[in-house]
Amino acid sequence: MAETTLAPTAGEAVATAEMPRSLRRGGRIALISGIVFLVVAISIPLFFRNFVVFQFTQMLVYAIAILGLNLLTGINGQFSLGHSAFYALGAYTAAILMDQYSVNYIWTLPAAGVVCFIAGFLFGLPALRLEGIYLALATFALAIATPQILKLSPLEHWTGGVQGIVIVKPDPPSWLPLNQDQWLYYFTLAVALILYILARNLVKSRTGRALMAIRDNPIAARSMGINLSLYKSLAFGTSALYTGIAGALGAIIVQFVAPDSFTLVLSIAFLVGLVVGGVGWLPGAIFGGAFVLFVPNIAEGVSKGLSGAVYGVILILLIYLMPTGAAGFVRAVLSRFKA
Amino acid sequence: MELLGQQVLAGIATGAIYACMALAVVMIYQAIDHLNFAQGEMAMFSTFIAYQLMLWGFPYGIAFLLTIVISFAGGVFIDRVIFKPIHDAPILSHVVVFIALLAILNSAAGFIWDFTVKSFPSPFGSSPLFGSSLISAHQAGMVCVTLLLLLFLFFFFRYTRIGLSMRAAAANPASARLVGVRVGWMNALGWGMAAAIGAIAGILIAPVVFLEPNMMISILLYGFAGAVLGGLTSPAGAVIGGFTVGVVENLAGTFIPVVGGELKLPIALMLIVAVLVFKPSGLMGRTVVQRV
Amino acid sequence: MSTLLEVKGLVAGYGGIPALHGVDFSLQEGGVTTLLGANGAGKTTTLRALCGMIRARGEASFAGKRLIGMQTEDIVRLGIAHVPEGRGTFTRLTVEENLQLGAMTRRNGPDIKQDFERVYDHFPRLRQRRMQQAGTLSGGEQQMLAIGRALMLRPRLMLLDEPSFGLAPLVVREMFDILGGLNRNEKVSMLLVEQNASLALSLADTAYLLETGRLVTSGPAAQIREDEGVRRSYLGY
Repeated sequence: MAETTLAPTAGEAVATAEMPRSLRRGGRIALISGIVFLVVAISIPLFFRNFVVFQFTQMLVYAIAILGLNLLTGINGQFSLGHSAFYALGAYTAAILMDQYSVNYIWTLPAAGVVCFIAGFLFGLPALRLEGIYLALATFALAIATPQILKLSPLEHWTGGVQGIVIVKPDPPSWLPLNQDQWLYYFTLAVALILYILARNLVKSRTGRALMAIRDNPIAARSMGINLSLYKSLAFGTSALYTGIAGALGAIIVQFVAPDSFTLVLSIAFLVGLVVGGVGWLPGAIFGGAFVLFVPNIAEGVSKGLSGAVYGVILILLIYLMPTGAAGFVRAVLSRFKA
Repeated sequence: MELLGQQVLAGIATGAIYACMALAVVMIYQAIDHLNFAQGEMAMFSTFIAYQLMLWGFPYGIAFLLTIVISFAGGVFIDRVIFKPIHDAPILSHVVVFIALLAILNSAAGFIWDFTVKSFPSPFGSSPLFGSSLISAHQAGMVCVTLLLLLFLFFFFRYTRIGLSMRAAAANPASARLVGVRVGWMNALGWGMAAAIGAIAGILIAPVVFLEPNMMISILLYGFAGAVLGGLTSPAGAVIGGFTVGVVENLAGTFIPVVGGELKLPIALMLIVAVLVFKPSGLMGRTVVQRV
Repeated sequence: MSTLLEVKGLVAGYGGIPALHGVDFSLQEGGVTTLLGANGAGKTTTLRALCGMIRARGEASFAGKRLIGMQTEDIVRLGIAHVPEGRGTFTRLTVEENLQLGAMTRRNGPDIKQDFERVYDHFPRLRQRRMQQAGTLSGGEQQMLAIGRALMLRPRLMLLDEPSFGLAPLVVREMFDILGGLNRNEKVSMLLVEQNASLALSLADTAYLLETGRLVTSGPAAQIREDEGVRRSYLGY
């Protein structure tokens, strides 16, 4: 045969892998930023008063929820507008366990996780046949249905109906010199870190690659022997698990669950957080969480009457600057370093 | 049995609203190949513009026409100015910009005109049609306008050069360029038309649901559902889908005991999703053959 | 015979990575020029650069007009029809609509009608399937459709990107016969990019050989065809 070099076409060479080489090679940079993040995160309660610590805790909770959504949408390519439902399910699981069964708050997390995993998996099964817009509609319906279902009279005995359920704020362990807010902050931080590491390992594993293969080219994935139904449903379940745990944490720190806290607006917020952080980039969840928690407040500070408009403008400008979210921004900065 | 008949008719009447919205949704989908989530808010804002024009003394007809022109221009503006910078960005980024647009329009409308409910006139009057209690003149008028609009769009897309160019530009922009179609302008045209149709829908709907910034939110949803049910590739399907959603929603509300006023929407959506699970391309959609 | 297309120092690439490093070639009016080379040689990139589909530098003039910097939609109006890699069929539209789109930049109704008939005469199978969704056609039929669509422009120049790709040899033979006829009888000039070198050389009068974005050799097609050294090293036969 001729000596012709089978060089890849230039187009292929530029095709971006989802974990771009700049981000992977930036392993040392990742380690350093991770350490910086840890240091900053641990010191937060030392410098801020309780209410701000509470807000940062909420930010972490949202980050976990967004991490869950990222696993489904960013890694596996299934679009969901219904994650507020899983968040609510986790929250109510925790609330009911604590309020009616006096379960210790720590155990509510795995319970919420299991319940939501099952729910997510079950939802994922019929959703297998739906793509893109259709899946969006189905999850949309789920999000809208959730507050209504929570208000249904037959379920009031469990859910507390429109009034919801009030929970007692847990106390820190006696041997730690922390107050409640500080303890909950560190607790949430620990859970967030554990969940993040687990997620990262999942994505790097064979399962993670299978999930990404399904996202990028389902037909090719199937022809390679990947069981689409199983993996897609598992992705849904896992994603729901993460968001459910976030919901449980959210319930604990807010000390209250009520149907109208879990509307479509929450689902949309998760989606916005996902894009702002960077679809497919796990660390982005923290940027997304920060955006979703703080920017609406900032917008209201700028103009009470036009807060929605200000929020929208900020969001659009952000997308203009960083069309692929914080992930794209970090990628650009890193490639500057390499060059 | 009589109750069934009544509810079906009532469903068709409300369905006209959804059909109108579904038409706008499919319209823009045909033009730009994805869903316009801000469609409802754009329609709402257009309706407020019409309202304001009438407050300033313009007669209904003139306000109607002016609003359509302004809305058309607004649609073109949104496409050419707001969406241009993220032209190459992934779909989810587009979705987020839609969400932002939604927030801006909703907030601005509330700020300018406040959130109190206002009444909006109907060119058909509000008396029952021919004295019948089943359907009012206005509802009948809505159905007629929707069908006329549908007819217009059908001919436009099927039999005009521009219609074909628009379809080509949406389906395959690269190939469309290769035959000389100015894809950018076709997209803008699609947006303008969708905005105009949305304005018509809003102006027709406002007399029934009353004018306020949040009036379109659930209607848009039903419109999406109707469009998807009809198959997204077919304006006729969208209209039929819209009517179907209206009927289903009404019947579900009447005959399923658990379903209160508030569960109607999710139940209707779930039923539609169930249909889609069995017929993924919608009731009237053409199955797209994809050669691997 | 005048020079219809003149290209000098063409540089183009994808996202900052250059695929063409300065290529020169020309095409005579009424002639068939072929660009040969293996995968990644830059053949498709050349056609895309000429059509304004990617950013490019250098000089390319078509009947005196500068192509570099022009929008694709305007280049088409100069009379250049590009049959792209992968056919570029509008799969969701009918065969007839696909052809109609080919004539989108033309105004003269009766002439267009005539061209419809001529295309259907060339490709009777398309006439059979005129109301069918284009995506349901076989590979060979879609290629015919793509060529037909290009013909509807009444082009002065046709750019063909690997028309034989993925098609059975018999179908390819038939297609090349038709292309030859079009060139001889209707005086359509052609710039043909092909991996199937022997077929391309049987149709073309001039050949240029590309390797990783550079011109390696060129000359009359007959000469290249006879040159064993070139054939073995670059064309694989």
